[in-house]
Amino acid sequence: MSDAILDVRDVVVEYTTSGEPARAVDHVSFTLDRGEFLGIVGESGCGKSTLLFAIAQLLSPPAQLVSGEVIFKGRNMVGLREGELRSIRWRDYSVVMQSAMNALNPVKTVSAQFDDTMRAHGQTNAAGIRTRSREVMALVGIDAIHLKSYPHQLSGGMRQRVMIAMALLLSPDLVVMDEPTSALDVVAQRSLMVQIKELQRKLGFAVIFVTHDMSLVGHFSDRLAVMYAGKIVEIGPTRPLFAAPQHPYTRGLLDSFPSVYGPKVALKGIPGSPPDLTDLPSGCRFRPRCGSVMARCAEVEPALYPSGDTRARCLLFEETV
Amino acid sequence: MTDLTASAIADHAPLLQTVGLTRHFRIGGLFSNAKLHAVDDLSLTIRPREIVAVVGESGSGKSTIARLLAKVYEPTDGDILFRGRSLHDVKSRRDVLAYRGQVPMVLQDPFASLNPVHTIGYALDRGLALHQPTLTATEREAEAIRALEAVGLSPARQVLAKYPHEMSGGQRQRVGFAQALSYKPKLVLADEPVSMLDVSIRIGVLNLMARLCEEEGISFLYITHDIASARYVAHRIVVMYAGRVAETGPTEEVLRRPVHPYTRLLLSAVPDPKAPITITAADTGEPPRVVNPGPGCRFRQRCPLAIAICATVTPDLTEAVVPGHMAACHVTAPEAGMVA
Ligand SMILES: Nc1ncnc2c1ncn2[C@@H]1O[C@H](COP(=O)(O)OP(=O)(O)O)[C@@H](O)[C@H]1O
Ligand SMILES: Nc1ncnc2c1ncn2[C@@H]1O[C@H](COP(=O)(O)OP(=O)(O)O)[C@@H](O)[C@H]1O
Ligand code: SF4
Ligand code: SF4
Ligand SMILES: [Mg+2]
Ligand SMILES: [Mg+2]
Repeated sequence: MSDAILDVRDVVVEYTTSGEPARAVDHVSFTLDRGEFLGIVGESGCGKSTLLFAIAQLLSPPAQLVSGEVIFKGRNMVGLREGELRSIRWRDYSVVMQSAMNALNPVKTVSAQFDDTMRAHGQTNAAGIRTRSREVMALVGIDAIHLKSYPHQLSGGMRQRVMIAMALLLSPDLVVMDEPTSALDVVAQRSLMVQIKELQRKLGFAVIFVTHDMSLVGHFSDRLAVMYAGKIVEIGPTRPLFAAPQHPYTRGLLDSFPSVYGPKVALKGIPGSPPDLTDLPSGCRFRPRCGSVMARCAEVEPALYPSGDTRARCLLFEETV
Repeated sequence: MTDLTASAIADHAPLLQTVGLTRHFRIGGLFSNAKLHAVDDLSLTIRPREIVAVVGESGSGKSTIARLLAKVYEPTDGDILFRGRSLHDVKSRRDVLAYRGQVPMVLQDPFASLNPVHTIGYALDRGLALHQPTLTATEREAEAIRALEAVGLSPARQVLAKYPHEMSGGQRQRVGFAQALSYKPKLVLADEPVSMLDVSIRIGVLNLMARLCEEEGISFLYITHDIASARYVAHRIVVMYAGRVAETGPTEEVLRRPVHPYTRLLLSAVPDPKAPITITAADTGEPPRVVNPGPGCRFRQRCPLAIAICATVTPDLTEAVVPGHMAACHVTAPEAGMVA
């Protein structure tokens, strides 16, 4: 695994408010290669954002990283001081949030915000900053005239593009994105996805892309991790995972979105809703919603077992010795 | 302009029909005469037991249509006929409330549409008292329970006692439908009812609409920006661009043989792993805000097929191959004698 830029090892994150802690990320491990595009999918509340925040070292109380390591470019980021993190953030990795409206400063122009970010990383040459600002705007296909705009003067799609432009200012090796398209129309969503993919190919950064809409990443990610109630329940290369999903939950997700191609088929989606993280069912946590449930599923907590081209956390694929 | 769809199937009297429906907004301050054209010259027909989808990007006028049909906005021009009667004649508070009971709206945001301090039972009871004033308290409760059960929220008695925060997004959206259903409506205006929900929950709400249409005979106006979900539930589809209808017709027909370049763009944008892998250059355009427009096709700035006439003449809806399938495009659906 010499090519890995990121190695997430056994990360556990809990929210401790009153009563039982909610374990939003429960022993999650995966690696990411240089230039790789990893999609992370799952329903709301399954821990996607919490996992991204843990990776980017942006967790704040009541969230707490209980255990695990996040090795980024050979260095464990867990336990780094805020000053050290600040020098890495934006330069080595950047984060694009779900709502650009929350992430951008409403009272500053786009160029002022680009300026702040670059100065914070020691770029003080005004002409150089201007040139780079124009470059990244061109990368995301926005006229440089909008450097003078305030966030509210831009459409939702343009704001998300500006966020991505900002994330690329210092040419990071990794960009993590938390549902950057979910507030957008289908058309704007598609065009943003295509653009992210083109930029990633051209500039070679790695991407972790979080979404609740599995269909969105089908054409764009190299690998896919499916999360359920804090755990990765299936992980593998994207194409085989779509062609032959193994875990009953993955199959349910794939049975949730209508197609415009082929014959029209009735879809069922997934019955019920995800469990309360402070009160998980015994054994497999997908059990109450699973159509393939067996007696053993209440007793044994499944591990990730190889199956087909992927690995799935389901006792159907347990090695029987 | 008349709707050919309606006359072609004259044996089904329309439930609701719009004639040249138009809504402009004055913008830019007191002395400005800038007018934003949110909806222009819309002729739409909804029949009993029919789901009609209105599809388009944000800003294309979809919510304005819903609000016009709900009598929240008055038209700038044109008319709306509900069971043959002009809404211009529905004026008294009593008549308006009765109309809104027959044509209720379900909104996009299940989190904002319920008051957090009241139980579900209270919300349903208040709505019924307003729209069905002749019912007794006992009858209202029975009706609320029937509606909750019809949308799959059971045991209904327990749901009545719950507060909105005790329910998931999908459940809250079902409460929205239950409220509409309790009025015994003829037509439900559903403005992006699933776009804020998780993908895994959306399909359940779409199935619910289909079932209510089939079993209770209710018609739906289903507003969405997602043409795939429109295909899943709607009998007919209306594609809007910048306040005008670009294409309309029976859903399967329009999707199998899309005529308008904009419909083709919408189709190509559907995230669908079953689609052939074509990662083409992104269309980064957006629908324009239509302020004091001159003639010409509003899609021309984004259209790969635009020709000279597109900038000077507004294309009319013309019949394509199949009756009821119409598109407004000089190139792909030219009017007879218009373009060589
Ligand atoms: N601020 C918070 N306080 C307490 N619990 C939280 C908080 N934020 C999230 N959680 C818990 O963490 C779980 C995962 O949340 P999140 O990571 O936001 O999920 P996702 O991004 O997949 O929707 C939630 O189901 C919830 O139980
Ligand atoms: N009350 C209003 N005042 C001024 N402009 C409005 C108003 N309502 C809608 N508009 C404008 O009308 C156009 C259509 O809006 P809307 O019907 O909300 O579209 P959609 O629902 O398709 O996103 C937009 O340009 C919008 O800004
Ligand atoms: S382990 Fe059992 S309950 Fe869990 S997904 Fe597999 S079959 Fe279903
Ligand atoms: S009328 Fe012209 S601009 Fe409009 S859709 Fe047709 S070809 Fe394109
Ligand atoms: Mg999230
Ligand atoms: Mg709207």
